[in-house]
Amino acid sequence: MTAQLLAFYLFSGVILISSLMVISTKNPVHSVLFLILSFLNAAGLFVILHAEFLAMILIIVYVGAVAVLFLFVVMMLDFKTSINKDNILQYIPIGILIGVVFIAELIIVLINTKFDLSNIQVLPNPLSDFTGKTNTEAIGSVLYTDYILYFQLSGVILLVAMIGSIVLTLREREGVKRQVVSEQLQRQGKINLVDVKSGKGVDI
Amino acid sequence: MIELNQFLILSALLFAIGVIGIFLNRKNVIIILMSIEIILLSVNLNLIAFSYFLNDLTGQIFSLFVLTVAAAEAAIGLAILVIYNRNAGSIEIEKINALKG
Repeated sequence: MTAQLLAFYLFSGVILISSLMVISTKNPVHSVLFLILSFLNAAGLFVILHAEFLAMILIIVYVGAVAVLFLFVVMMLDFKTSINKDNILQYIPIGILIGVVFIAELIIVLINTKFDLSNIQVLPNPLSDFTGKTNTEAIGSVLYTDYILYFQLSGVILLVAMIGSIVLTLREREGVKRQVVSEQLQRQGKINLVDVKSGKGVDI
Repeated sequence: MIELNQFLILSALLFAIGVIGIFLNRKNVIIILMSIEIILLSVNLNLIAFSYFLNDLTGQIFSLFVLTVAAAEAAIGLAILVIYNRNAGSIEIEKINALKG
């Protein structure tokens, strides 16, 4: 139990520090790398909460796909990282104010509330039905039966996102020459067959 | 033993960091997209914490769908960013004022 608590504090501390670094570093590449660090530690927290499948999905999807996409865009756009910093100071008071109000509200509510989880009516998929199964098996047996409509809808969302981003970034460039094989094969009158004498060569 | 409130406080702090990041970065749209990712991560953490402490699998399923939508949102946002940078030559927020808002 104490090891669990220790792991929780370790992971959550690293998450908080690295997400603070995400929003405060000047270099966007460093921001993306800190974002990856905080995702990895969040995966550790998911493992503590016995959600192993989602932890692995978080690493695969976020670290493997989304963060690499961010990294690609940051490196391809090549915007100036050293924009003058004096202008950014004017936003710090309003940012700190909103953040402090937000944190204070949420934490006051959380400290004054003791959740009585025994009286809450939940949707009928208790984890105790899946004892002896792995977490992936349990998620699969619920996802493909009770939530099949939402599963298919999320597939549609991904398809729309894919088509949308392809259509947005596709462009016709001017002056690009492409090989047209049928035109090449139909060229006539410009090709001569020359009988080359041995040892003499041919004049061009 | 870890309590639910610890996870909720962590998630609230993470959410607030994301919100502060949106307000603080007026230069760089990419940092704002990353702040939105942090916010969605805190929501996922909430869902999974409730799923564990309520002994119910539905939270994990919801978290899976939130992850899907977050990935789609990141792809579309970055595509919009790329074409905006191509057309306007800059992605500073202060210069994105075509609507005079």
